Amino acid sequence: MIPSSAFFVLAAVLFVLGVVAFFVKKDLLTQFMAVEVMLNAGNLAFLALAKALGKADGQAIVLFVITVAAAEAVIGLAIIVLVFRQRKTIQTDDLKDLKG
Amino acid sequence: MAWAVFLILSFLCIGSVVAMILSRNQAHSALFLVLSFSSLGGLFGLLDAPFAAAVQVLVYAGAIMVLFLFAIMMFNLRGELPARAKKLRLALTAGLGIVLLAELLLAGRKLVLGNPGAAQTAGGDTARLGHLLFSDYIYAFEITSLLILAALVGALALAGKKEGA
Amino acid sequence: MAELFWLIPLIPGASSLLLILFGTKLSRRWIAWQASSAVFLSFLLSLAAFVHLARLPGAGPGLGKTLIPWISSGSFSSRIAFVFDHLTAVMALVVTGVGLLIHVYSTAYMAEDRSYARYFAHLNLFTFFMLVLVMASDIVLMFLGWEGVGLCSYLLIGFWFDRPAAAKAGMKAFIVNRIGDAAFIIGILFLLANVGGSSFTAINEAGANGLLPSGLVTLVALLLFIGATGKSAQIPLYVWLPDAMEGPTPVSALIHAATMVTAGVYMVCRLSGLYAASIPAATVVAWIGAATALFAATMALVQNDIKKVLAYSTISQIGYMFLGCGVGAYAAGMFHLVTHAFFKSLLFLAAGSVIHALAGEQDMRRMGGLKKYLPVTFPVFLIGALAISGIPFLSGFFSKDAILTSAFGGGHYVLYGLGLLGAVLTAFYMFRLVYLTFYGEERFARDPGHHVHESPRAMTIPLIFLAAFSVLAGYIGLPVLFGGKADLFGRFMEGSVKTLSQHLAVFTEGVLIIAATAAALLGIVLAYVFYRRTPTLPGRLASRFPGIYRLLVSKYYIDEAYDAVAVRPLVRGAEKVYESFDLKVIDAALDGSATVASLAGKGLNFLQSGFVRDYALAFLIGAIIFLGFLLL
Repeated sequence: MIPSSAFFVLAAVLFVLGVVAFFVKKDLLTQFMAVEVMLNAGNLAFLALAKALGKADGQAIVLFVITVAAAEAVIGLAIIVLVFRQRKTIQTDDLKDLKG
Repeated sequence: MAWAVFLILSFLCIGSVVAMILSRNQAHSALFLVLSFSSLGGLFGLLDAPFAAAVQVLVYAGAIMVLFLFAIMMFNLRGELPARAKKLRLALTAGLGIVLLAELLLAGRKLVLGNPGAAQTAGGDTARLGHLLFSDYIYAFEITSLLILAALVGALALAGKKEGA
Repeated sequence: MAELFWLIPLIPGASSLLLILFGTKLSRRWIAWQASSAVFLSFLLSLAAFVHLARLPGAGPGLGKTLIPWISSGSFSSRIAFVFDHLTAVMALVVTGVGLLIHVYSTAYMAEDRSYARYFAHLNLFTFFMLVLVMASDIVLMFLGWEGVGLCSYLLIGFWFDRPAAAKAGMKAFIVNRIGDAAFIIGILFLLANVGGSSFTAINEAGANGLLPSGLVTLVALLLFIGATGKSAQIPLYVWLPDAMEGPTPVSALIHAATMVTAGVYMVCRLSGLYAASIPAATVVAWIGAATALFAATMALVQNDIKKVLAYSTISQIGYMFLGCGVGAYAAGMFHLVTHAFFKSLLFLAAGSVIHALAGEQDMRRMGGLKKYLPVTFPVFLIGALAISGIPFLSGFFSKDAILTSAFGGGHYVLYGLGLLGAVLTAFYMFRLVYLTFYGEERFARDPGHHVHESPRAMTIPLIFLAAFSVLAGYIGLPVLFGGKADLFGRFMEGSVKTLSQHLAVFTEGVLIIAATAAALLGIVLAYVFYRRTPTLPGRLASRFPGIYRLLVSKYYIDEAYDAVAVRPLVRGAEKVYESFDLKVIDAALDGSATVASLAGKGLNFLQSGFVRDYALAFLIGAIIFLGFLLL
């Protein structure tokens, strides 16, 4: 049997990789993909814990997370499409309207 | 046996994420992620969560990432390859990442250091999962369906082409 | 009905509040009726309480009611509690009665003023504070009323605040009062520290029973009296009263003749236990009173403004009241307070009628011959002048005689002499005023659009009432000549205030009465000679003694002296403080803090780069720190 701790370590590593990916990449789309990676890492952690605690709640949560992530991806991509239409670019270096 | 599967799947997963980071072509990144999510689905299966595994492959790898690919194709950004990240930025991010990793592992130390005595009996029975969804989590269940509807409508409203524009 | 006496101050107070809040939205008729009715109700209640008291036998504490507990701090506590004893009854009747007549008079006098509501709001407010002052059961509450009337005085003197002279006069009144009040407060503090309680009964008992060291009693009595010189315009703090004539004439009548300026006399009578226990303090009171009486009368001799003559006359007459109190004749002092309230407010209101008839003229050199134009004003004015001069059978005669007799009977012959001399001068300057204003050739400007006419009824009817009181009020305090029982006023006052009893032979009394009458007649005859028979005489006398004349006209240069000694150094000091502290420290601190905020903002500006990546970095760092805290 593989101990849940292994999965948990894997989840942590995956999460950190997602964070690094977010900061390394320079276009919105890839950054968004990094966010998905982070979400998946979270899912993995939930399932690991569900196995460790013997309850099914973790799986239910995972289901919800996947659903929400899907919805979020839809809207997020719609927004990125809009931004692209407006600005003809999705490089975050060019999108600095919030500069104060 | 299980260990071998685990190791292969985890290497695939992590490897493809790293490849995604290093790749300069967005389409390649997306495809690497498809690989990653699929192996993640396998890992879910190892965790006695067959339903979650199936959903992961179907929805995440099969739908969300495909959506990403559509978007990438729409943008048609072949010509532009983003520049290499600056060394300083990479170092800083790596450093912060290591700190975060340490903290996360610390947070889960109870689990990591083992609590093998806890019931390893699987909660993974899909029937049980179903029961749970429709009893304890019925509220969230219904809300998420509304959420999906909202996402659908929202996406259309945001990015759909206007009639006769 | 009498047990509702505690409403007496509150009704005008409520009316004032209503007028302050809603006055501008009310019609003039409504305001006039509301303000006057409020005082009328208070008058009725005062009357009811007075009748109740009069029926009680002998001395007693009178009616009392505690409204709310007010201050309770350590060993010192003070409650808001009203009392209504014999002394209060007299004051309350004067304040509400004369106040009512003046409110009615004002409805006509101020009819064309654009700040009608504000006027009556302030007038009602003054009535409220004055009644609080006289109905207070302890010295702290009385001080509240004391300060309140000072405030209203300031507000009403400077009623026409866009006139610089009026604004300055208001400030002068308030500031000079404040100096007196500073001494008053110190006196109160000494009392609170040494007497177990702040109520008047406690203080008077402590003074009478010798529980306090005599030095302390004298000190406190003197400090409080300094406050009284400020409020009641005696030497040395009288300088604000002549300037206060900038206010509307009814205000001068009410506040600066009948009521507020008599608050000092009331205070001395209320604390008679203290003053009776300290001969030095009482002596000071009597001497300042007599000196002021004479001093002010000399200045009234040469004033040309009709209101200023009356102002100096008020200062002088209050001096008589303090003279009476100082020699222990508290009842006599109060008696003169009452009669003076009648005839002085009569004189002021009648003067207002004259000024109204001449469309604002106040200089007597531009009056004259008004006798035939003012068929009501002239007779009542004459009555007032006769009363104040002390002509027998009018009220002023009885009250002034009571004071002078007490002075003589107590062995204070010099004080008596000063008072008698003052009486001559009083008659003289009053009839100088009468002759210059009502007799002789008509020196006033003939304005084609305006002809000289008598005042409306709302103004003349109060005058008639006051004239009647000026004649009749004396009969409540007949001298011993007519038997001891005839002094109704004195016997009533015994209920609250212990007067030094004297026994004079009937013969002595008779001589003193003749002397007083002679003094009054002498003054009137001299005035006749100076201003009717030989009108050039004053001018010739002035040119013969120019130095003295100028001294008198310039009011002995006292104002200039105060200005040089006190006012200007203070102003210069204040300017210095302003430059060195206010500008350099306080303003600098404020500007500095603004600069700091601005710099901080500019310094942190780099955080808002506009790049989502940087914001996410901040997120991450924050999350790491937060996790760190949770884990540790």
